[in-house]
Amino acid sequence: MKKNNFGLLLFLLVFACNSSDKKTAQNLNSQVQDFSEGKAIYDDFCVNCHMANGEGVPKAFPPIAKSDYLKNYRKESIKGLKYGMSGEITVNGIKYNSVMASQGLSNKEIANVMNYITNSWGNTNTSLITEEEVSKVER
Amino acid sequence: MTIRILSLYFLLLFTLNSCAQDKNPVNTKNSFEVIVPDLNNPWGFTFLPDNSILINEKEGKIIHFKNKVKTEITGLPDIYVRGQGGLLDITLHPNYSENGWIYFSYASPKGENKGGNTAIMRAKIKNNTLVNKELLYKAEPNTTRGQHFGSRIVFDKNGYLFFTIGERGQRDINPQDLTRDCGKVYRLNDDGTIPNDNPFYNIKNAKKAIWSYGHRNPQGMELHPETKAIWTHEHGPKGGDEINIIKKGKNYGWPVITYGKNYSGTTITNETAKEGMEQPLHYWTPSIAPSGMAFISSNKYGDWKGNLLVGSLKFSYLDRCVLKDGKVIKEERLLDNIGRVRSIEQGPDGFIYVGVENLGIVKLIRT
Repeated sequence: MKKNNFGLLLFLLVFACNSSDKKTAQNLNSQVQDFSEGKAIYDDFCVNCHMANGEGVPKAFPPIAKSDYLKNYRKESIKGLKYGMSGEITVNGIKYNSVMASQGLSNKEIANVMNYITNSWGNTNTSLITEEEVSKVER
Repeated sequence: MTIRILSLYFLLLFTLNSCAQDKNPVNTKNSFEVIVPDLNNPWGFTFLPDNSILINEKEGKIIHFKNKVKTEITGLPDIYVRGQGGLLDITLHPNYSENGWIYFSYASPKGENKGGNTAIMRAKIKNNTLVNKELLYKAEPNTTRGQHFGSRIVFDKNGYLFFTIGERGQRDINPQDLTRDCGKVYRLNDDGTIPNDNPFYNIKNAKKAIWSYGHRNPQGMELHPETKAIWTHEHGPKGGDEINIIKKGKNYGWPVITYGKNYSGTTITNETAKEGMEQPLHYWTPSIAPSGMAFISSNKYGDWKGNLLVGSLKFSYLDRCVLKDGKVIKEERLLDNIGRVRSIEQGPDGFIYVGVENLGIVKLIRT
C-alpha cells in the first residue's frame, strides 16, 4: 500500500515536471509545486530583513512566517512589494512602524516570491498569485 | 511555582531578545537636530565650499540643499534601481574649488547583459544640471542580483581615487578572482586612468584597477585623520561584519575566511584565519549591518575626538567606537532607535552629520 502511494506521488511529480500545461500544474497540491524561483528572489532581496525562516527582526521587521497580515491582506502585500510601504501595520498583534523600499522587481518576480512566501514556514495559499494579478495592483 | 514559571518566561524572553540585538550600551547624553528633512534614503552626501550639501537619494536623485531649499540636479545617467542598487555615494575632488569635479557611484545598466553593476562617474554641475560627464569605471558583467554594490568613494592624501565594489551576491566566483570585478577595493587616478604601480597592473588578465580583494560588501570607507590610512568596514553575512585597514594588494579573505555564517545559520567555513589573508581590525557578531563611516577629528565633541563612528542599519543607531592601540576597545549606541543610519560625514563646521533613512540628515549634538 505504501509503495503504491509512493508510486502515485512519483507519477504526479514526473507528470508535474513534464507538464507544459501550467493550469494542470497549478491545480496540483501545493506540496509538489516548485517555488524555487520565488525562493531565489527571497534569498536575494528579502532575507536581510525578514531572515532565513521568515521570522523577521523583533521591533524592526515583521515576520512573514505565520503572518496574519500576509494572509489577510493579500493585495496590500503585493502593493508593498511593488511600490514599497511605510507607516504602522499590525502583524500577529504586534505593531511595526518601519519602511520597506520597492526593490525594483518585475510583476513575474513579485508573483513568484509571493507564491513562495505564502507557501513556506507554515503558510499555505492554494490560490496562487499570477503575474496578471500583480500587474493590476495600483499604487 | 508561578513565580518560577514567570521567571523562566522572562529568562527566555531575555535570551531571545539578546540573540537578536547586540550588547552595546546606550549613551543617552546626546541628541540631534534635523538639518535636511524628508529624505527617503540619503545614501551619500557631501558639503560644498559654500556649506550647502549635495545629497544622493538612492532612488536616483541628486539634491542640492542650500538655504533650506532643495533643488534637484538634472542630467543624471541611467541608474539601475533594484535591490540594494541605485544612486549611491558622492564626493568632491580634493581641488573642487579649482576644477569643479564631483564624483559619484551608482548601479548602472550600461553594457550588453541584462541587469546592472557598480559604476563611478565624474561630472560638473552647471545651472543645476550635470555636465562634462565622464564614466570612469563600470564593473562587469551585469547581473540582475540585488546585492552588494559596495560603492563608497574616497580620495587619499596623494589624490588617488579609491572606491569599493561588493561581490554582487556571487561570493564563490568574484572576490578571490583577480580577473573578475566585484568584491574589491579599487584605485584610479582622478581622471579614471589606472596608475601603473597598482598591485596587479602587470598580472595577465587581472583587472588592473584592483587595489585589494576578498571583500564582501564594503559600505563604509574613510581616511584616518592622522595616519591617512584607508579604513573600511563591510557587511558580513550573519555575523562577521568587519573593520579593515586597506593595504596595497592584500587579500581580506571573503569567503575563504569569515567570522560569519550563512543567513540560514549553516556554516560557510570553519576557518577564521589563514596565512596570506588579512585579519579584521574588529568584527561584529551579531551583525549591526554597518553603513557610513566617519572619524571625529574636530574639537566639537570633547573627549570623543579620535573616535570612529559607524552607522547601524539593522539596529538603528550610530555606533561610537573608541580606538586604542589599533583596536576597538569600547562601543556605545548614540542616537539609539533613530532609524536606519546610512551615511555619516563630519561637516566643515566640525559637527557630525548623519543621513538616516526615512528621516533626513541630522546634526549630532552631545548634551
